[in-house]
Amino acid sequence: MHELSITQSILDYSLSEAKKHGGVKIREIRLLLGPFSGIVPECIQMYMDLLAEGTIAQGVKIKATTLPLKVRCRDCGKESEITRRHIACPFCESLRLEILSSNDFIIDSLEVDTDGD
Amino acid sequence: MEIKVLHQVMEWNEDVSRQVRQTLKEQKICMINIMGSPGAGKTSLITALIGKLGREFCVGVIEGDIAGQIDAEKILSLGVPAVQLNTDGACHIEAMSIQKILPLLPINDLDVIFVENIGNLVCPAEFDIGESLRITLLSIPEGDDKVEKYPLMFTDTGCLVLNKYDMLPYFDFDEERVARNYETVNPSGPLFKVSCKDGDGLDLLCNFLSKKIREQIR
Repeated sequence: MHELSITQSILDYSLSEAKKHGGVKIREIRLLLGPFSGIVPECIQMYMDLLAEGTIAQGVKIKATTLPLKVRCRDCGKESEITRRHIACPFCESLRLEILSSNDFIIDSLEVDTDGD
Repeated sequence: MEIKVLHQVMEWNEDVSRQVRQTLKEQKICMINIMGSPGAGKTSLITALIGKLGREFCVGVIEGDIAGQIDAEKILSLGVPAVQLNTDGACHIEAMSIQKILPLLPINDLDVIFVENIGNLVCPAEFDIGESLRITLLSIPEGDDKVEKYPLMFTDTGCLVLNKYDMLPYFDFDEERVARNYETVNPSGPLFKVSCKDGDGLDLLCNFLSKKIREQIR
């Protein structure tokens, strides 16, 4: 439900970054989402379609990549990447896990046309 | 051309929860996040805790619900400052909502804020709201398999409260199973068996909380 304000901040940041680099059109915004970011990429796209209207980001495509869930096992000490469907250490099946990745939410890069393109 | 930015999106939960934590530290307030299923007894627990801890501390309450004012009205009727946080459909509370609603409470006068999270065993566990302590509430009628099914809710908590303990004779609830699984995912977390209805077990829980609160507001 907070995707609207988040999308606005993504748009504002992207517009100012593109401007800094002489961009005339933003084609794609690539996001990296932590496994617990709680962000729904489809919502970002939907709000972006509305918010970006009339800016150089009009029609921009949101590409979101979800980062794996990284954990360290408190029993065998090994680090691994697991899915939220099966929360257990893949080496020893222990449930005593320390979560290493979390609610990261990063704008990774922008695909931008410049005057020279 | 590609512009590499690697920009952490600001104003998102992490940063805000840090700000909330800082505000509470400055105001010397202990914020306790109470999580559990709908019907586990979160409001009843808060009401019971107000009765006991209210003698020692000044208490305020943030009532999180998807809709409605019922819980906040219940708390206000006890003469305790309370605000209702409606999430309009969202399944959890975020730090941003807490930051926005804090000024509506008389925070200069408070020692403790109880936050009643949305009734849900999944999403609330994933969001740090800037709390000082988490309480996970599980009631006997919900069943003894919940720790295995929703591990995060029990891993990342300061204590587990087993509510409606007076109902134990009427349900096939294996309390050993809960204790064993809870110990596995949260080896240092204490477990309290209480009945908010008749008050059994509340004193032990209050002693634990009172110690935690004093550490926080010192």
